[in-house]
Amino acid sequence: MNKGEISPKNEVQHDGQTLEINVGPQHPSTHGVFRMNMVLDGETVVSLKPVMGYLHRNHEQIAENMSYAASMPYTDRLDYFNSMSNNFGWSLAVEKLAAIEVPERAQYIRVIMAELTRIVNHVSVIGFLLNDLGAFFTPVLYAFREREKILDLFEEVSGARMMCNYFRFGGIKYDVPQSVLERIREIVDKFPKFLDEFETLLTKNEILCMRCQNVGVLPAELAVNASITGPMLRASGVNYDIRKVDKYSIYDRFNFKVPLGKKGDVYDRYYVRVLEIRESLKILDQALKEIKPGEIMNKKMVPFLKSPRNFKPPVGEAYGRVEAPKGELGFYVVSDGTPQPWRYHVRAPSFINLTILEDLCLGHKLADAIVILGSVDIVLGEVDH
Amino acid sequence: MFYGYGILQGMWVTLKQFFASYFKKRGQDGALFTVEYPEQRLPEKERFRNFPFLIYDKEPENLRCVACDICAKECPPKCIYIVREFDKDGKPLKRPAIFDIDFTVCMNCGICEEACPFEAIYMDHEFEIASAERNDDLLYHKDDLLKSNAYFHKIRPNDATAVDAKLKEAEDKKKAAEAAAKAKAEAAAKAPPPPPPAAPGTTPPPQPPKPAV
Amino acid sequence: MESIFVNLKGAILGVLGKFMPEWTMPIHSIMISITAIAVLGPAIMMYLTLMERKVVGRMQNRIGPNRVGKWGLLQPLADGVKMLTKEDIVPKGADPVLHLLAPILIVAPALLLFAVLPFGKGMIAVDLNVGILYFLAVSSTTTIAIFMASWGSRNKYSILGGMRAVAQMISYEVPMVLSVVPVLLVVGSLSTRQIVEAQASGWFVLTPWGFFGAVFFFLCTVAECNRSPFDLPEAESEIVAGFHTEYSGMKFALFYMAEFMNCFSGAALTTTLYFGGWQGPGFLPSWIWFFLKTYSFIFVMMWFRGTLPRLRVDQLMGLAWKFLLPLTLVNILAAGLWYYLGGILKFFIPLVLMAGSFTILTWLNKPYVPEKREYQFAD
Repeated sequence: MNKGEISPKNEVQHDGQTLEINVGPQHPSTHGVFRMNMVLDGETVVSLKPVMGYLHRNHEQIAENMSYAASMPYTDRLDYFNSMSNNFGWSLAVEKLAAIEVPERAQYIRVIMAELTRIVNHVSVIGFLLNDLGAFFTPVLYAFREREKILDLFEEVSGARMMCNYFRFGGIKYDVPQSVLERIREIVDKFPKFLDEFETLLTKNEILCMRCQNVGVLPAELAVNASITGPMLRASGVNYDIRKVDKYSIYDRFNFKVPLGKKGDVYDRYYVRVLEIRESLKILDQALKEIKPGEIMNKKMVPFLKSPRNFKPPVGEAYGRVEAPKGELGFYVVSDGTPQPWRYHVRAPSFINLTILEDLCLGHKLADAIVILGSVDIVLGEVDH
Repeated sequence: MFYGYGILQGMWVTLKQFFASYFKKRGQDGALFTVEYPEQRLPEKERFRNFPFLIYDKEPENLRCVACDICAKECPPKCIYIVREFDKDGKPLKRPAIFDIDFTVCMNCGICEEACPFEAIYMDHEFEIASAERNDDLLYHKDDLLKSNAYFHKIRPNDATAVDAKLKEAEDKKKAAEAAAKAKAEAAAKAPPPPPPAAPGTTPPPQPPKPAV
Repeated sequence: MESIFVNLKGAILGVLGKFMPEWTMPIHSIMISITAIAVLGPAIMMYLTLMERKVVGRMQNRIGPNRVGKWGLLQPLADGVKMLTKEDIVPKGADPVLHLLAPILIVAPALLLFAVLPFGKGMIAVDLNVGILYFLAVSSTTTIAIFMASWGSRNKYSILGGMRAVAQMISYEVPMVLSVVPVLLVVGSLSTRQIVEAQASGWFVLTPWGFFGAVFFFLCTVAECNRSPFDLPEAESEIVAGFHTEYSGMKFALFYMAEFMNCFSGAALTTTLYFGGWQGPGFLPSWIWFFLKTYSFIFVMMWFRGTLPRLRVDQLMGLAWKFLLPLTLVNILAAGLWYYLGGILKFFIPLVLMAGSFTILTWLNKPYVPEKREYQFAD
């Protein structure tokens, strides 16, 4: 197989030497109802077929049958770990479609929320990865301890911890009180200390290094060919971050860097996430300094808060994308001038990142396959949207 | 460093946490984070939303909902079911006969609250609604959903005050308009009576009186 | 306090002696010891589950069980009631005999191990002159029971777990036995009582070979009782629950019991071999010293569990064969040098030998040594 070529899905002959097992849909570490049809030779993976769709709930069709604003809470349920990013993507798409301006303060709040979400997601994903590696919940619970502080803020700001439903077309639902901004500042100031402790626990741990280094190597060519995005792509050394490429919202105002790995193995995917958290903290720091009081909703859009069904964007199509913590989250929407989108499509990063799973796992051990799945960072709500 | 040093460092971290959990006070780094739920509770955030409830002013008959069906139409998962009440003559009344919310379907998005033009439906803080039976017990009827404005003030003081002010303003406006209309009607009564109505069937339906601002 | 249990046994025997024939006395003595152990084993296991949940919980900023009784002290009883009342499920395709026998067979050796543990001065059920050999031999039979469980369940995950268990346990037997050899060389006896008494002047862990021997023996013990980070046979994230995937109710509880009793006896033997057993300053009774030391080792096992991720199968084997086995062999040489050398050299040369071989082995096993990574930052 050439480097960078997607392998043919070879059928394995069962000659009595191999063992076919179903990992999932009920399995402790498939992160939901996901099934991997694995063929093992001893403990080595010979073939692996991801089987998705156990959580399919017709997200796109549902959205095509309701008003634009009504699918906002549904986007929360896509990737339930970072509803703020999903809201961001969907509002960007519709704002592009209807050419809606967003006030300055709302832009800042959006960026702050999106970056907090990224921190939440990356910290928990590292925890889950360690769970897949066999650590008995300690990293997860440390991560969740920090996540809890941020979720409390989300609850105070938006009313819900996970299903925020916070963004509106042309702004955000509620303003953020000054006290909450101060608490965000406190979290941003304290977070590096926690990260250092977290890294002492993990990064240099020999067992973690042994388990993660040179496992599930994703070459840059293959990653690009399979249209992998997000930290997975950057771990392979491809410099592609939509915050930098697209400069959506007000990301061009912030000074931050994109961490890149070299090998693209599980360890790089782990460490790139750690570094991304540090970069997110930088963005948060700048945003908190620059944010000023002001409007939070576009005046034109305020009446549509009361009557979402009256919002009829002009005929046309738009694709809005954000750098969600898991990769490029895109919403493609076609309007025919009615209150409902004519076509609504989600480019779900977990789903696309998962398609490469077999190529990453072949030749590795069963235990590695689980770890690789953990490092891909999937949320089944998004995979089977 | 020697092989295994990273492991020892990691173990030092967990050991520190172990001892900190005994000696540190809540709120400090490394202290216990658990809230022992039924006895201890986190402070409720004002914006916290759970399932919706219906507001009534003073007594339960006096509910704000006018059965306009807007929330039912805007509700993304369509969990609200409203039937308007009619009086004996078959004339529609401005109140619901049936107002059901299926809490198994509701996804706590808060769109009903936003969409309601009469400030009648709001999101509740009540979250302990567990029941042993999943269909009937979680289908909340009008009587289960009704809660007083005082309760609304209790759970969301700022929002409730704002809503009250808004309603009062609207009422004042309405009263002023009514007074104006009355004055106008009186003025009209003094004027000669209007011409008799045309043949039945051709009359346009009576328009609601436009408020004279 | 010192000999409270010994005196208690004597008193019971004295009462029995009043109305029992003389020749039954040895049988009674044995019966009393067996009863004590049979009660002690499950009791230890029950409270180890609580201890584990508490210790790991505290490491994770949690409280751990605290609902049943004060500080959750009755939690093990509640768990026991739950386990007993649970439905016992036997899979349709399983071999019912093996499925039933495996949990029994795994508990029996775990209990048998308690016979040779010196719990205190004079508190040893059977003072075998081949105590250590007996311990190693009996503890290795666990493998068969685990394989029976995995084969009898007819489940692919169980088979994988069973295979892993067999490979792991047999591999770790070797360095385990070899790490005991220095102690036997120096003491000249296999009896656990004599090993403890030989440490009256100084614990073996304070000697260079004793220190390394203790570390290796403890690691092998952890691997033998399938504890984290060597818990591959029951790796939860990979093979669901390994060999006991298909077990429920009391049968599952028996597996759990065996695991914890093995933990206890492993920690107890580490104490006996290297940490002076029941020896300790006189202000506390000897058996308290023994339990203190043993429980601190169990704490270390739980600490491992709270901290470390799991090894992979090949790395586990690599650790045993490429790392522990050569080092334990060198350790025997170090013990010999320590025995025959005098003065400062007695400590210096074995230390240098061990440190040198440790470095060389780390260097030789390069694939298992983490590499340093550097990351770029693009704009």
